[in-house]
Amino acid sequence: MDGKRKESSLVKWLLIDISALFLGVMLLLPLGIVIWQSFKQGIAVYMKAVTDKYTVSAVLLTIEATVTAVIVNTVFGLFAAWCITKFKFKGKKLISTLIDIPVTVSPVIAGLMFMLLYGKQSALYPYLQKMHISVVFAVPGIIIATVFVTFPFISRELIPVLETHGTDEEEAAALMGAGGFTIFRKVTFPHIKWALLYGIVLCTARAMGEFGAVSILSGHLRGKTNTLPLHIEILFNEFQYVPAFAVSSILVAMAVMILVLRSVIEAVARR
Amino acid sequence: MRKKKNKRVIPGFGISLGVTLTMLGFMVIIPMAALIIYTSKMSFSEFVNVITGKRVLSAFYVSIITAFTASLINAVMGLIIAWVLVRYNFPGKRIMDGMIELPFALPTAVAGMALTYLTTDNGVIGSFFSKFGIHIAYTRIGITVALIFVGIPFVVRSVQPVLEKLDGSYEEAADVLGAKRMTIFFKIIFPELKPALFTGFGLAFGRCLGEYGSVVFIAGNKPYYTEIAPLVIMSRLQEFDYTAATSIALVMLVISFVILFINSMIQARNTRIVTGRQ
Repeated sequence: MDGKRKESSLVKWLLIDISALFLGVMLLLPLGIVIWQSFKQGIAVYMKAVTDKYTVSAVLLTIEATVTAVIVNTVFGLFAAWCITKFKFKGKKLISTLIDIPVTVSPVIAGLMFMLLYGKQSALYPYLQKMHISVVFAVPGIIIATVFVTFPFISRELIPVLETHGTDEEEAAALMGAGGFTIFRKVTFPHIKWALLYGIVLCTARAMGEFGAVSILSGHLRGKTNTLPLHIEILFNEFQYVPAFAVSSILVAMAVMILVLRSVIEAVARR
Repeated sequence: MRKKKNKRVIPGFGISLGVTLTMLGFMVIIPMAALIIYTSKMSFSEFVNVITGKRVLSAFYVSIITAFTASLINAVMGLIIAWVLVRYNFPGKRIMDGMIELPFALPTAVAGMALTYLTTDNGVIGSFFSKFGIHIAYTRIGITVALIFVGIPFVVRSVQPVLEKLDGSYEEAADVLGAKRMTIFFKIIFPELKPALFTGFGLAFGRCLGEYGSVVFIAGNKPYYTEIAPLVIMSRLQEFDYTAATSIALVMLVISFVILFINSMIQARNTRIVTGRQ
Protein backbone atom coordinates (compact mmCIF):
# COMPACT_ATOMS: atom_id res chain seq x y z
CA MET A 1 0.00 0.00 0.00
CA ASP A 2 2.79 2.36 0.95
CA GLY A 3 4.72 1.73 -2.22
CA LYS A 4 1.65 2.30 -4.28
CA ARG A 5 0.94 5.66 -2.71
CA LYS A 6 4.50 6.74 -3.46
CA GLU A 7 4.09 5.83 -7.10
CA SER A 8 0.81 7.66 -7.17
CA SER A 9 2.37 10.83 -5.79
CA LEU A 10 5.16 10.52 -8.35
CA VAL A 11 2.55 10.37 -11.11
CA LYS A 12 0.74 13.27 -9.50
CA TRP A 13 3.72 15.60 -9.52
CA LEU A 14 4.77 14.46 -12.95
CA LEU A 15 1.35 15.36 -14.35
CA ILE A 16 1.26 18.66 -12.48
CA ASP A 17 4.70 19.55 -13.78
CA ILE A 18 3.76 18.65 -17.35
CA SER A 19 0.65 20.84 -17.10
CA ALA A 20 2.55 23.70 -15.52
CA LEU A 21 5.31 23.51 -18.11
CA PHE A 22 2.86 23.38 -21.01
CA LEU A 23 0.78 26.29 -19.73
CA GLY A 24 3.87 28.21 -18.73
CA VAL A 25 5.42 27.98 -22.18
CA MET A 26 2.21 28.38 -24.15
CA LEU A 27 0.46 31.03 -22.05
CA LEU A 28 2.75 32.80 -19.60
CA LEU A 29 5.81 33.12 -21.81
CA PRO A 30 3.94 35.04 -24.55
CA LEU A 31 2.48 37.35 -21.90
CA GLY A 32 5.89 37.83 -20.33
CA ILE A 33 7.59 38.60 -23.62
CA VAL A 34 5.03 41.29 -24.43
CA ILE A 35 5.60 43.06 -21.11
CA TRP A 36 9.36 42.61 -21.21
CA GLN A 37 9.74 43.83 -24.78
CA SER A 38 7.51 46.84 -24.31
CA PHE A 39 9.62 48.16 -21.44
CA LYS A 40 12.96 47.10 -22.92
CA GLN A 41 13.92 50.59 -23.99
CA GLY A 42 12.68 52.30 -20.89
CA ILE A 43 9.52 53.90 -19.72
CA ALA A 44 9.94 56.99 -21.91
CA VAL A 45 9.85 55.00 -25.13
CA TYR A 46 6.91 53.04 -23.78
CA MET A 47 4.95 56.16 -22.96
CA LYS A 48 5.75 57.65 -26.34
CA ALA A 49 4.41 54.57 -28.12
CA VAL A 50 1.28 54.42 -26.00
CA THR A 51 0.43 58.11 -26.29
CA ASP A 52 1.17 58.24 -30.00
CA LYS A 53 -1.63 59.95 -31.91
CA TYR A 54 -2.45 56.85 -33.97
CA THR A 55 -2.43 54.63 -30.89
CA VAL A 56 -4.85 56.92 -29.09
CA SER A 57 -7.23 56.97 -32.04
CA ALA A 58 -7.00 53.16 -32.26
CA VAL A 59 -7.81 52.91 -28.55
CA LEU A 60 -10.82 55.18 -28.99
CA LEU A 61 -12.12 53.22 -31.96
CA THR A 62 -11.67 49.93 -30.11
CA ILE A 63 -13.58 51.32 -27.15
CA GLU A 64 -16.33 52.59 -29.45
CA ALA A 65 -16.72 49.23 -31.16
CA THR A 66 -16.55 47.29 -27.89
CA VAL A 67 -19.10 49.45 -26.09
CA THR A 68 -21.49 49.27 -29.03
CA ALA A 69 -21.10 45.50 -29.19
CA VAL A 70 -21.78 45.15 -25.47
CA ILE A 71 -24.87 47.36 -25.58
CA VAL A 72 -26.38 45.81 -28.72
CA ASN A 73 -25.69 42.27 -27.59
CA THR A 74 -27.00 42.89 -24.08
CA VAL A 75 -30.29 44.15 -25.49
CA PHE A 76 -30.43 41.23 -27.87
CA GLY A 77 -29.36 38.76 -25.19
CA LEU A 78 -32.07 39.84 -22.75
CA PHE A 79 -34.87 39.78 -25.31
CA ALA A 80 -33.72 36.55 -26.93
CA ALA A 81 -33.25 34.77 -23.61
CA TRP A 82 -36.69 35.93 -22.42
CA CYS A 83 -38.32 34.84 -25.66
CA ILE A 84 -36.61 31.45 -25.80
CA THR A 85 -36.88 30.40 -22.17
CA LYS A 86 -40.25 31.79 -21.10
CA PHE A 87 -42.43 30.71 -24.00
CA LYS A 88 -43.13 27.66 -26.08
CA PHE A 89 -43.46 28.26 -29.79
CA LYS A 90 -42.63 26.75 -33.13
CA GLY A 91 -39.27 27.55 -34.62
CA LYS A 92 -37.51 27.99 -31.29
CA LYS A 93 -34.85 25.49 -32.24
CA LEU A 94 -34.23 27.35 -35.50
CA ILE A 95 -33.79 30.64 -33.64
CA SER A 96 -31.31 29.04 -31.26
CA THR A 97 -29.33 27.68 -34.18
CA LEU A 98 -29.31 31.04 -35.95
CA ILE A 99 -28.12 32.78 -32.80
CA ASP A 100 -25.10 30.49 -32.64
CA ILE A 101 -24.04 31.03 -36.25
CA PRO A 102 -21.73 34.01 -35.57
CA VAL A 103 -19.47 31.95 -33.32
CA THR A 104 -19.33 28.98 -35.65
CA VAL A 105 -18.29 30.80 -38.80
CA SER A 106 -14.72 31.93 -39.19
CA PRO A 107 -14.25 35.68 -38.58
CA VAL A 108 -12.82 35.92 -42.08
CA ILE A 109 -16.06 34.53 -43.51
CA ALA A 110 -18.02 36.97 -41.34
CA GLY A 111 -16.02 39.80 -42.84
CA LEU A 112 -16.66 38.43 -46.32
CA MET A 113 -20.42 38.31 -45.69
CA PHE A 114 -20.55 41.98 -44.76
CA MET A 115 -18.30 42.81 -47.67
CA LEU A 116 -20.76 41.13 -50.03
CA LEU A 117 -23.69 42.85 -48.32
CA TYR A 118 -22.38 46.41 -48.15
CA GLY A 119 -19.49 46.44 -50.62
CA LYS A 120 -19.28 47.91 -54.10
CA GLN A 121 -20.76 44.94 -55.95
CA SER A 122 -23.79 44.79 -53.65
CA ALA A 123 -27.29 45.79 -54.76
CA LEU A 124 -27.48 47.91 -51.63
CA TYR A 125 -24.42 49.96 -52.50
CA PRO A 126 -26.08 52.66 -54.70
CA TYR A 127 -28.69 53.32 -52.01
CA LEU A 128 -26.06 53.57 -49.29
CA GLN A 129 -24.12 56.01 -51.43
CA LYS A 130 -27.17 58.11 -52.05
CA MET A 131 -27.57 58.41 -48.31
CA HIS A 132 -23.84 59.09 -47.93
CA ILE A 133 -23.33 56.08 -45.73
CA SER A 134 -20.16 54.12 -46.16
CA VAL A 135 -19.93 50.84 -44.29
CA VAL A 136 -17.03 49.05 -45.90
CA PHE A 137 -13.60 50.55 -45.18
CA ALA A 138 -15.22 52.84 -42.61
CA VAL A 139 -16.10 52.91 -38.94
CA PRO A 140 -19.64 51.47 -39.30
CA GLY A 141 -18.21 48.35 -40.93
CA ILE A 142 -15.82 47.82 -38.04
CA ILE A 143 -18.61 48.20 -35.53
CA ILE A 144 -20.97 45.87 -37.40
CA ALA A 145 -18.24 43.24 -37.66
CA THR A 146 -17.51 43.51 -33.95
CA VAL A 147 -21.19 43.22 -33.05
CA PHE A 148 -21.50 40.19 -35.30
CA VAL A 149 -18.62 38.13 -33.91
CA THR A 150 -19.83 38.71 -30.33
CA PHE A 151 -23.53 38.46 -31.15
CA PRO A 152 -24.46 35.35 -29.11
CA PHE A 153 -22.07 35.97 -26.23
CA ILE A 154 -24.61 37.35 -23.77
CA SER A 155 -27.68 35.35 -24.75
CA ARG A 156 -25.61 32.18 -24.50
CA GLU A 157 -24.83 32.91 -20.85
CA LEU A 158 -28.41 33.89 -19.99
CA ILE A 159 -30.35 31.10 -21.67
CA PRO A 160 -29.02 28.14 -19.63
CA VAL A 161 -29.54 30.01 -16.36
CA LEU A 162 -33.11 30.93 -17.21
CA GLU A 163 -33.79 27.45 -18.53
CA THR A 164 -32.83 25.68 -15.30
CA HIS A 165 -34.74 28.29 -13.41
CA GLY A 166 -38.07 27.57 -15.12
CA THR A 167 -41.10 29.83 -15.46
CA ASP A 168 -43.03 29.22 -12.24
CA GLU A 169 -42.03 32.41 -10.44
CA GLU A 170 -42.76 34.60 -13.43
CA GLU A 171 -46.12 32.92 -13.95
CA ALA A 172 -47.05 33.47 -10.33
CA ALA A 173 -46.06 37.13 -10.54
CA ALA A 174 -48.00 37.58 -13.76
CA LEU A 175 -51.12 35.96 -12.29
CA MET A 176 -50.89 38.32 -9.35
CA GLY A 177 -51.03 41.15 -11.79
CA ALA A 178 -47.44 42.28 -12.18
CA GLY A 179 -46.52 43.95 -15.46
CA GLY A 180 -43.86 42.62 -17.79
CA PHE A 181 -41.14 45.03 -16.77
CA THR A 182 -41.85 44.61 -13.07
CA ILE A 183 -41.61 40.84 -13.41
CA PHE A 184 -38.32 41.15 -15.20
CA ARG A 185 -36.87 43.61 -12.72
CA LYS A 186 -38.06 41.97 -9.50
CA VAL A 187 -38.27 38.28 -10.34
CA THR A 188 -36.03 37.43 -13.25
CA PHE A 189 -33.20 39.91 -13.03
CA PRO A 190 -31.89 38.86 -9.60
CA HIS A 191 -31.38 35.37 -11.00
CA ILE A 192 -29.49 36.40 -14.09
CA LYS A 193 -27.44 39.37 -12.95
CA TRP A 194 -24.22 37.38 -12.53
CA ALA A 195 -24.70 35.52 -15.78
CA LEU A 196 -25.33 38.85 -17.48
CA LEU A 197 -22.19 40.37 -16.03
CA TYR A 198 -20.25 37.27 -17.03
CA GLY A 199 -21.56 37.54 -20.56
CA ILE A 200 -20.63 41.21 -20.72
CA VAL A 201 -17.08 40.41 -19.61
CA LEU A 202 -16.72 37.69 -22.26
CA CYS A 203 -18.23 39.96 -24.89
CA THR A 204 -15.79 42.73 -24.01
CA ALA A 205 -12.85 40.36 -24.25
CA ARG A 206 -13.81 39.13 -27.68
CA ALA A 207 -14.87 42.52 -29.02
CA MET A 208 -11.66 44.34 -28.15
CA GLY A 209 -9.53 41.63 -29.72
CA GLU A 210 -11.43 40.91 -32.91
CA PHE A 211 -9.05 40.79 -35.80
CA GLY A 212 -10.09 38.81 -38.87
CA ALA A 213 -13.53 40.25 -39.59
CA VAL A 214 -12.50 43.78 -38.67
CA SER A 215 -9.37 43.48 -40.78
CA ILE A 216 -11.44 42.79 -43.91
CA LEU A 217 -13.83 45.68 -43.37
CA SER A 218 -11.36 48.23 -42.09
CA GLY A 219 -9.20 49.17 -45.05
CA HIS A 220 -6.43 49.96 -42.54
CA LEU A 221 -6.62 53.73 -42.64
CA ARG A 222 -4.35 54.91 -39.89
CA GLY A 223 -6.00 57.23 -37.42
CA LYS A 224 -9.39 56.49 -38.97
CA THR A 225 -10.30 52.83 -39.20
CA ASN A 226 -7.57 51.16 -37.20
CA THR A 227 -8.52 49.27 -34.07
CA LEU A 228 -5.87 48.30 -31.54
CA PRO A 229 -5.19 44.80 -32.93
CA LEU A 230 -4.93 46.20 -36.47
CA HIS A 231 -2.62 48.95 -35.29
CA ILE A 232 -0.41 46.32 -33.67
CA GLU A 233 -0.27 44.35 -36.90
CA ILE A 234 0.86 47.40 -38.87
CA LEU A 235 3.54 48.28 -36.32
CA PHE A 236 4.81 44.71 -36.25
CA ASN A 237 4.96 44.45 -40.02
CA GLU A 238 6.96 47.69 -40.08
CA PHE A 239 9.45 46.06 -37.70
CA GLN A 240 8.59 48.61 -35.01
CA TYR A 241 8.73 45.90 -32.37
CA VAL A 242 8.92 48.03 -29.24
CA PRO A 243 5.88 50.18 -30.12
CA ALA A 244 4.02 47.06 -31.28
CA PHE A 245 4.64 45.34 -27.96
CA ALA A 246 3.91 48.52 -26.01
CA VAL A 247 0.50 48.83 -27.65
CA SER A 248 -0.06 45.10 -27.08
CA SER A 249 0.62 45.55 -23.40
CA ILE A 250 -2.58 47.60 -23.16
CA LEU A 251 -4.51 44.61 -24.45
CA VAL A 252 -2.57 42.21 -22.23
CA ALA A 253 -3.49 44.31 -19.20
CA MET A 254 -7.12 44.24 -20.29
CA ALA A 255 -6.99 40.47 -20.81
CA VAL A 256 -5.54 39.85 -17.34
CA MET A 257 -8.17 42.14 -15.84
CA ILE A 258 -10.88 40.21 -17.65
CA LEU A 259 -9.56 36.89 -16.36
CA VAL A 260 -9.48 38.17 -12.78
CA LEU A 261 -12.96 39.64 -13.12
CA ARG A 262 -14.18 36.38 -14.58
CA SER A 263 -12.87 34.33 -11.63
CA VAL A 264 -14.34 36.82 -9.15
CA ILE A 265 -17.77 36.73 -10.80
CA GLU A 266 -17.67 32.95 -10.92
CA ALA A 267 -16.76 32.72 -7.24
CA VAL A 268 -19.46 35.19 -6.20
CA ALA A 269 -22.11 33.59 -8.39
CA ARG A 270 -21.33 30.15 -7.00
CA ARG A 271 -22.07 31.44 -3.51
CA MET B 1 -55.58 29.73 -31.15
CA ARG B 2 -57.32 31.26 -28.16
CA LYS B 3 -56.36 28.32 -26.03
CA LYS B 4 -52.75 28.86 -26.94
CA LYS B 5 -52.99 32.51 -26.01
CA ASN B 6 -54.39 31.68 -22.61
CA LYS B 7 -51.47 29.41 -21.92
CA ARG B 8 -49.06 32.33 -22.13
CA VAL B 9 -49.44 33.91 -18.75
CA ILE B 10 -46.09 35.67 -18.82
CA PRO B 11 -46.26 38.91 -20.77
CA GLY B 12 -43.83 40.09 -23.40
CA PHE B 13 -43.93 37.31 -25.96
CA GLY B 14 -44.70 39.57 -28.89
CA ILE B 15 -42.10 42.20 -28.16
CA SER B 16 -39.32 39.79 -27.21
CA LEU B 17 -39.88 37.64 -30.28
CA GLY B 18 -40.11 40.75 -32.42
CA VAL B 19 -36.89 42.28 -31.13
CA THR B 20 -35.08 38.94 -31.33
CA LEU B 21 -36.15 38.30 -34.91
CA THR B 22 -35.44 41.86 -36.05
CA MET B 23 -31.93 41.90 -34.62
CA LEU B 24 -31.29 38.36 -35.78
CA GLY B 25 -32.49 39.41 -39.22
CA PHE B 26 -30.17 42.37 -39.53
CA MET B 27 -27.12 40.79 -37.95
CA VAL B 28 -27.31 37.17 -39.10
CA ILE B 29 -30.04 36.35 -41.61
CA ILE B 30 -29.48 39.19 -44.09
CA PRO B 31 -25.67 38.80 -44.16
CA MET B 32 -26.07 35.03 -44.61
CA ALA B 33 -28.57 35.73 -47.37
CA ALA B 34 -26.05 38.05 -49.04
CA LEU B 35 -23.59 35.17 -49.12
CA ILE B 36 -26.20 32.77 -50.49
CA ILE B 37 -27.43 35.23 -53.13
CA TYR B 38 -23.89 35.91 -54.25
CA THR B 39 -23.24 32.17 -54.44
CA SER B 40 -26.34 31.57 -56.54
CA LYS B 41 -25.03 34.06 -59.09
CA MET B 42 -21.82 32.11 -59.53
CA SER B 43 -21.68 29.34 -62.07
CA PHE B 44 -20.91 25.89 -60.83
CA SER B 45 -17.89 25.49 -63.09
CA GLU B 46 -16.46 28.72 -61.71
CA PHE B 47 -16.86 27.35 -58.21
CA VAL B 48 -15.21 24.05 -59.09
CA ASN B 49 -12.42 25.87 -60.87
CA VAL B 50 -11.56 27.93 -57.82
CA ILE B 51 -11.88 25.07 -55.38
CA THR B 52 -9.73 22.65 -57.33
CA GLY B 53 -7.03 25.22 -57.93
CA LYS B 54 -3.69 23.92 -56.74
CA ARG B 55 -3.02 26.79 -54.38
CA VAL B 56 -6.47 26.55 -52.80
CA LEU B 57 -6.25 22.79 -52.37
CA SER B 58 -2.89 23.03 -50.68
CA ALA B 59 -4.26 25.80 -48.42
CA PHE B 60 -7.09 23.49 -47.36
CA TYR B 61 -4.58 20.74 -46.77
CA VAL B 62 -2.39 22.97 -44.60
CA SER B 63 -5.43 24.26 -42.69
CA ILE B 64 -6.77 20.81 -41.95
CA ILE B 65 -3.47 19.15 -41.13
CA THR B 66 -2.31 21.90 -38.76
CA ALA B 67 -5.72 22.28 -37.10
CA PHE B 68 -5.94 18.51 -36.65
CA THR B 69 -2.45 18.20 -35.17
CA ALA B 70 -3.00 21.15 -32.85
CA SER B 71 -6.34 19.79 -31.66
CA LEU B 72 -4.86 16.36 -31.10
CA ILE B 73 -2.08 17.80 -28.96
CA ASN B 74 -4.66 19.88 -27.12
CA ALA B 75 -6.80 16.80 -26.55
CA VAL B 76 -3.92 15.03 -24.79
CA MET B 77 -2.70 18.07 -22.87
CA GLY B 78 -6.25 19.18 -22.10
CA LEU B 79 -7.03 15.79 -20.62
CA ILE B 80 -3.93 15.94 -18.44
CA ILE B 81 -4.65 19.50 -17.31
CA ALA B 82 -8.31 18.76 -16.57
CA TRP B 83 -7.23 15.70 -14.59
CA VAL B 84 -4.67 17.69 -12.61
CA LEU B 85 -7.17 20.46 -11.88
CA VAL B 86 -9.93 18.11 -10.73
CA ARG B 87 -8.05 15.37 -8.93
CA TYR B 88 -5.06 17.02 -7.30
CA ASN B 89 -4.47 19.76 -4.80
CA PHE B 90 -1.34 21.83 -5.15
CA PRO B 91 -0.21 25.40 -4.62
CA GLY B 92 -1.14 27.66 -7.51
CA LYS B 93 -4.03 25.49 -8.60
CA ARG B 94 -6.52 28.36 -8.68
CA ILE B 95 -4.20 30.46 -10.79
CA MET B 96 -3.71 27.59 -13.19
CA ASP B 97 -7.47 27.18 -13.41
CA GLY B 98 -7.99 30.87 -14.08
CA MET B 99 -5.23 30.94 -16.68
CA ILE B 100 -6.90 28.40 -18.96
CA GLU B 101 -9.21 31.03 -20.45
CA LEU B 102 -6.35 33.34 -21.40
CA PRO B 103 -6.63 32.43 -25.10
CA PHE B 104 -10.22 33.70 -25.02
CA ALA B 105 -9.29 36.93 -23.27
CA LEU B 106 -6.06 37.78 -25.07
CA PRO B 107 -6.57 39.19 -28.57
CA THR B 108 -5.35 36.67 -31.10
CA ALA B 109 -3.19 39.24 -32.85
CA VAL B 110 -1.23 39.86 -29.66
CA ALA B 111 -0.83 36.14 -29.08
CA GLY B 112 0.28 35.57 -32.65
CA MET B 113 2.81 38.34 -32.50
CA ALA B 114 4.24 37.24 -29.16
CA LEU B 115 4.49 33.62 -30.29
CA THR B 116 6.18 34.67 -33.51
CA TYR B 117 8.68 36.76 -31.61
CA LEU B 118 9.42 33.83 -29.29
CA THR B 119 9.82 31.22 -31.99
CA THR B 120 11.87 32.90 -34.71
CA ASP B 121 15.39 31.56 -34.95
CA ASN B 122 16.58 34.45 -32.74
CA GLY B 123 13.74 34.14 -30.25
CA VAL B 124 13.88 32.60 -26.77
CA ILE B 125 12.29 29.32 -27.82
CA GLY B 126 13.21 29.40 -31.48
CA SER B 127 16.96 29.70 -30.86
CA PHE B 128 16.83 26.58 -28.71
CA PHE B 129 15.06 24.51 -31.32
CA SER B 130 17.04 25.88 -34.25
CA LYS B 131 20.12 24.25 -32.74
CA PHE B 132 18.48 20.95 -33.60
CA GLY B 133 17.52 22.18 -37.04
CA ILE B 134 13.89 22.70 -36.11
CA HIS B 135 12.43 25.98 -37.27
CA ILE B 136 9.12 27.01 -35.78
CA ALA B 137 8.13 30.46 -36.96
CA TYR B 138 7.25 30.71 -40.67
CA THR B 139 6.76 26.95 -40.97
CA ARG B 140 3.81 24.64 -40.50
CA ILE B 141 5.08 23.88 -37.00
CA GLY B 142 4.61 27.57 -36.23
CA ILE B 143 1.03 27.49 -37.43
CA THR B 144 0.40 24.45 -35.26
CA VAL B 145 1.90 26.21 -32.24
CA ALA B 146 -0.39 29.22 -32.74
CA LEU B 147 -3.39 26.92 -33.10
CA ILE B 148 -2.45 25.02 -29.95
CA PHE B 149 -2.55 28.34 -28.10
CA VAL B 150 -5.97 29.14 -29.51
CA GLY B 151 -7.45 25.73 -28.70
CA ILE B 152 -6.22 25.17 -25.13
CA PRO B 153 -9.43 26.06 -23.27
CA PHE B 154 -11.80 23.89 -25.30
CA VAL B 155 -10.74 20.41 -24.22
CA VAL B 156 -9.98 21.40 -20.62
CA ARG B 157 -13.37 23.03 -20.17
CA SER B 158 -15.25 20.15 -21.81
CA VAL B 159 -13.57 17.40 -19.81
CA GLN B 160 -13.44 19.18 -16.44
CA PRO B 161 -17.17 19.11 -15.55
CA VAL B 162 -17.53 15.45 -16.55
CA LEU B 163 -14.52 14.49 -14.48
CA GLU B 164 -15.92 16.39 -11.51
CA LYS B 165 -19.26 14.56 -11.72
CA LEU B 166 -17.65 11.15 -12.10
CA ASP B 167 -18.74 8.69 -9.47
CA GLY B 168 -15.68 7.54 -7.53
CA SER B 169 -17.18 4.28 -6.29
CA TYR B 170 -16.42 2.34 -9.49
CA GLU B 171 -12.78 3.29 -9.23
CA GLU B 172 -12.73 2.23 -5.61
CA ALA B 173 -14.34 -1.05 -6.48
CA ALA B 174 -11.79 -1.70 -9.18
CA ASP B 175 -9.01 -0.72 -6.79
CA VAL B 176 -10.27 -3.11 -4.13
CA LEU B 177 -10.49 -5.84 -6.74
CA GLY B 178 -6.82 -5.25 -7.43
CA ALA B 179 -6.83 -3.39 -10.76
CA LYS B 180 -3.77 -1.35 -11.59
CA ARG B 181 -4.06 2.46 -11.86
CA MET B 182 -3.51 2.32 -15.60
CA THR B 183 -6.20 -0.31 -16.03
CA ILE B 184 -8.60 1.73 -13.92
CA PHE B 185 -7.94 4.81 -15.99
CA PHE B 186 -8.32 3.20 -19.38
CA LYS B 187 -11.15 0.80 -18.54
CA ILE B 188 -13.26 2.87 -16.16
CA ILE B 189 -12.47 6.58 -16.33
CA PHE B 190 -11.51 7.08 -19.96
CA PRO B 191 -14.72 5.63 -21.47
CA GLU B 192 -16.72 8.12 -19.39
CA LEU B 193 -14.59 11.03 -20.56
CA LYS B 194 -14.54 10.06 -24.22
CA PRO B 195 -17.62 12.01 -25.36
CA ALA B 196 -16.44 15.17 -23.59
CA LEU B 197 -12.99 14.70 -25.05
CA PHE B 198 -14.44 14.42 -28.55
CA THR B 199 -16.60 17.47 -27.99
CA GLY B 200 -13.61 19.50 -26.86
CA PHE B 201 -11.57 18.20 -29.76
CA GLY B 202 -14.33 19.11 -32.20
CA LEU B 203 -14.77 22.60 -30.80
CA ALA B 204 -11.03 23.22 -30.90
CA PHE B 205 -10.77 21.81 -34.42
CA GLY B 206 -13.59 23.99 -35.68
CA ARG B 207 -12.12 27.07 -34.09
CA CYS B 208 -8.63 26.31 -35.39
CA LEU B 209 -9.84 25.84 -38.97
CA GLY B 210 -11.22 29.36 -39.05
CA GLU B 211 -8.48 31.00 -37.04
CA TYR B 212 -6.79 33.93 -38.70
CA GLY B 213 -5.46 36.51 -36.25
CA SER B 214 -2.80 34.48 -34.52
CA VAL B 215 -1.75 32.49 -37.58
CA VAL B 216 -1.19 35.40 -39.94
CA PHE B 217 1.88 36.53 -37.99
CA ILE B 218 3.58 33.21 -37.46
CA ALA B 219 2.79 31.56 -40.80
CA GLY B 220 4.87 33.71 -43.11
CA ASN B 221 2.13 33.02 -45.68
CA LYS B 222 4.14 31.24 -48.32
CA PRO B 223 1.83 29.78 -51.00
CA TYR B 224 1.76 25.95 -51.07
CA TYR B 225 3.61 25.81 -47.77
CA THR B 226 2.22 27.96 -44.97
CA GLU B 227 -0.82 29.52 -46.55
CA ILE B 228 -4.03 28.54 -44.76
CA ALA B 229 -7.56 28.74 -46.18
CA PRO B 230 -8.65 31.90 -44.30
CA LEU B 231 -5.53 33.61 -45.61
CA VAL B 232 -6.40 32.74 -49.20
CA ILE B 233 -9.88 34.23 -48.66
CA MET B 234 -8.22 37.34 -47.31
CA SER B 235 -5.83 37.75 -50.22
CA ARG B 236 -8.61 37.11 -52.78
CA LEU B 237 -10.65 39.82 -51.09
CA GLN B 238 -7.76 42.22 -51.30
CA GLU B 239 -7.67 41.55 -55.03
CA PHE B 240 -11.46 42.14 -55.09
CA ASP B 241 -11.94 38.61 -56.42
CA TYR B 242 -15.19 38.03 -54.55
CA THR B 243 -16.12 34.91 -56.50
CA ALA B 244 -13.01 33.05 -55.44
CA ALA B 245 -13.28 34.28 -51.86
CA THR B 246 -16.90 33.18 -51.63
CA SER B 247 -16.20 29.76 -53.12
CA ILE B 248 -13.48 29.03 -50.59
CA ALA B 249 -15.65 30.39 -47.79
CA LEU B 250 -18.48 28.05 -48.80
CA VAL B 251 -16.29 24.98 -48.54
CA MET B 252 -15.08 26.14 -45.13
CA LEU B 253 -18.65 26.74 -44.01
CA VAL B 254 -19.66 23.23 -45.06
CA ILE B 255 -16.72 21.74 -43.18
CA SER B 256 -17.49 23.70 -40.01
CA PHE B 257 -21.19 22.79 -40.16
CA VAL B 258 -20.31 19.13 -40.50
CA ILE B 259 -18.04 19.40 -37.45
CA LEU B 260 -20.80 21.23 -35.59
CA PHE B 261 -23.34 18.57 -36.49
CA ILE B 262 -21.15 15.68 -35.35
CA ASN B 263 -20.35 17.61 -32.22
CA SER B 264 -23.94 18.32 -31.29
CA MET B 265 -24.72 14.63 -31.63
CA ILE B 266 -21.90 13.74 -29.25
CA GLN B 267 -22.84 16.58 -26.96
CA ALA B 268 -26.41 15.33 -26.62
CA ARG B 269 -24.98 12.10 -25.24
CA ASN B 270 -22.52 14.00 -23.11
CA THR B 271 -25.22 16.12 -21.46
CA ARG B 272 -26.98 13.00 -20.38
CA ILE B 273 -23.84 11.91 -18.59
CA VAL B 274 -23.20 15.26 -16.91
CA THR B 275 -26.76 15.72 -15.72
CA GLY B 276 -26.66 12.27 -14.18
CA ARG B 277 -27.90 9.04 -15.64
CA GLN B 278 -29.70 6.62 -13.48
